[in-house]
Amino acid sequence: MGQGLLSDFRVLDLTDEKGFLCGKILADLGADTIKIELPGGSPSRNIGPFHHDIPDPEKSLYWFCYNNNKRGITLNIEALDGKEIFKRLVEDSDFVIESYTPGYLDEIGLGYGELSAINPGIILTSITPFGQTGPYKNYKAPDIVTMAMSGVLYQTGDPSGPPVNISLPQSYLHGGADAAVGSLIAYYFREMTGVGQHVDVSLQQSTALYLANTIPFWELEGKILTRSGPYRQGLSPGAVQRQIWLCKDGYIFFVMLGGATGAKTCRELVRWMDSEGMANEHLKGIEWENWDMADRTQQEIDEISAPVEKFFLAHTKMELWEGAVERRMSVCPFYDPEDLLKDPQLQERNFWIEIDHPELGARLTYPRGFAKASEKNSPSFFRAPLIGEHNVEVYGELGFTLQEMALLKEGGII
Amino acid sequence: MAKGDQRNPFDGVKIVSFAWAVVGPITMRYFADYGAMVIRIETRTRPDLARSLLPIKDGKPGLNRSGYFNHFNANILSMSLNMENLGAIDLAKRLIAQADVVLENFTPGVMEKWGLGYEQLKQVKPDIIMVRQSGFGTYGPYVHQPAFGMVLAAIAGLPNFIGWPNGSPLPVGISAYTDYIGPRFASAALIAALDHRNKTGKGMFLDISHFETTIYFLLPSVLDYVSNGRKPERIGNASPSAAPHGVYRCQGEDRWCAIAVLNDEEWKSFCVIIGKPGLVGDPRFQTSSDRIKNRDELDRIVSEWTVHFPPEEVMIRLQSVGVPAGVVKNGADIYHDPQLRHRNYFWELKHPEMGPFTHLGQSFDLSKTPARARMPSPCLGEHTESICKEFLRMSDEEFADLLQRDVFK
Repeated sequence: MGQGLLSDFRVLDLTDEKGFLCGKILADLGADTIKIELPGGSPSRNIGPFHHDIPDPEKSLYWFCYNNNKRGITLNIEALDGKEIFKRLVEDSDFVIESYTPGYLDEIGLGYGELSAINPGIILTSITPFGQTGPYKNYKAPDIVTMAMSGVLYQTGDPSGPPVNISLPQSYLHGGADAAVGSLIAYYFREMTGVGQHVDVSLQQSTALYLANTIPFWELEGKILTRSGPYRQGLSPGAVQRQIWLCKDGYIFFVMLGGATGAKTCRELVRWMDSEGMANEHLKGIEWENWDMADRTQQEIDEISAPVEKFFLAHTKMELWEGAVERRMSVCPFYDPEDLLKDPQLQERNFWIEIDHPELGARLTYPRGFAKASEKNSPSFFRAPLIGEHNVEVYGELGFTLQEMALLKEGGII
Repeated sequence: MAKGDQRNPFDGVKIVSFAWAVVGPITMRYFADYGAMVIRIETRTRPDLARSLLPIKDGKPGLNRSGYFNHFNANILSMSLNMENLGAIDLAKRLIAQADVVLENFTPGVMEKWGLGYEQLKQVKPDIIMVRQSGFGTYGPYVHQPAFGMVLAAIAGLPNFIGWPNGSPLPVGISAYTDYIGPRFASAALIAALDHRNKTGKGMFLDISHFETTIYFLLPSVLDYVSNGRKPERIGNASPSAAPHGVYRCQGEDRWCAIAVLNDEEWKSFCVIIGKPGLVGDPRFQTSSDRIKNRDELDRIVSEWTVHFPPEEVMIRLQSVGVPAGVVKNGADIYHDPQLRHRNYFWELKHPEMGPFTHLGQSFDLSKTPARARMPSPCLGEHTESICKEFLRMSDEEFADLLQRDVFK
């Protein structure tokens, strides 16, 4: 086994899709993360897309990508025997992470009180749409509902139509990533004092972090920031500027900013346009250092935009990107997954790793961690567990014989 | 009001931060809110962009009056240091010599220019942990490429998943999305590094690329391409596995409710609550796949009902029978949200120039060591003198001398 920063620690991961990323972050830092599923497998294995589009609990790509580097066992924690086994696992673990409805673990006798009685240093992390307390705590909330309730959805889309959600669930990831940080803060305290605690994560809060200046605008000016389609708002009181532009073969990103932040990009862009005879006199005459977004009118912005739009349309996204890198300009293409896999920066940094799925006869591509550390930077990378794949290994570590495991299997416990 | 243990997880941890804009404070807060002393180095000669971002209190310009900046910087100390001044670099090293962690998020090269790269920091403090967050990482062909969050969201490809079939991709909300992603990954790694340092005496260097951390937020689409050759399609608010699933117009100006009916049981409850129990047996909507096939018709039926009620009422009625629904909350709704208020998500702190002002709290609650609101966002350089005199034990004479030489500008 390789060594990562958290290689000495064990995580019991009871989460569904709302909490996958928490365990994944800990696992990518090297923690021994054991996914615990109901006998027969977690319902989250039914989330698509699937490998070769074949719907099968062992082929969920969603499951694969957020559960690799985790081992997997099956255990019915509601059954008496199952509870006892779970408690034995807790004795020797550092973190338990879960995403059941608030109160469920208490109801079945495995709440924080019980777990900390077994292991006072245990950290229990609960990840739910609205947290463990408060008026909405029992509300049901798949991603689109959490995105709505966090305020992010209202601001995404065209002003003339309904808000539109990002079709890859994001609230689970904001919450899962925050849960990893919260768990580690608790763990740091535990390492200093021996005292564990309960970490209560709300997806609504984690997602609302992204509201930027929405709340200050309401508080200070009574202004509600709304959707602005492909434009950027909030930089000038009286104008919006385009940030998503069509190019020859796709889309690219560019926001017109002057001053210290944006002058270089605009200056270089105009120079580049000029070298191809596409910059007009007005554009060439602008002193970008003194061009302040905060007091521009819509008319001025539109006037500048017109030739820029023509220039982008005359080039492919990769031409524009290569030119931007050469000139150190803040302009970039919209990548699709194929572009991501081919990207030279990610390749040079060894970001992608191919992991074998022998039962599928395939090698699939995963990230090789997110932190390049100068110490203990070689955690192992392996594919997500099959249903109950590590039962023999993990229950063996607890001292169960194969015969005892067979009985537990027949009893529907594992 | 403090509950449980009076100690904080990061009591005694000292962080010197050159990190700025949005990434800086979001990272610093995970530590400052839990007891760390976080000193943010900034300068009037090139002020943090966030200090001029709208809205500005009463419209009067000033570096301490941005609602944006002051929303995010609670519990952080500000020391002004003009890093272009040689004396400032010495002073920064004196701070670092007593620190556990150095944070920064410049385009790679800036810290080196000041002689504050990792190798040099190690000479000042052998077990220092240096966390570098940048758009693309500290090496590679894009190392000098300027990056900010909106650029990175675009290149990672997130907007490809937002919009209507045949329409343009759209940005995620209103800000720089990736600024709110990378700091979580960086902070997780940093806590593990601090623990490692405590146990082994070894510091380290952490290189976090926001391009890379953002890819974690779209991994299923990468595998979908690898396994199935599929590229992103925009599908509006539809779900491949459920209908109705979307955002529906309600009574009022620009008022909407998100509704997701995920299974047959929820569908039955839904039909009853909208007063159309007859739909339950309707062959067009009998099974989940029937409903998905006829989703456009279904969306029309749902909207015909929702449009008669304010979104709050739609949400409460549906949630009362176990159907997932939520108000599409705008800024005012969020500010008054009873759940967020109950969870202490907003901290009202009195700021010298803003007056009583809502600072953002934390996203999670630790049962024994809660995040504590100790102080409002700092005015630029507010703590320069106290840091010099109390933390560095600098004499009054030396402080006056440095002040005169514009080191603290």
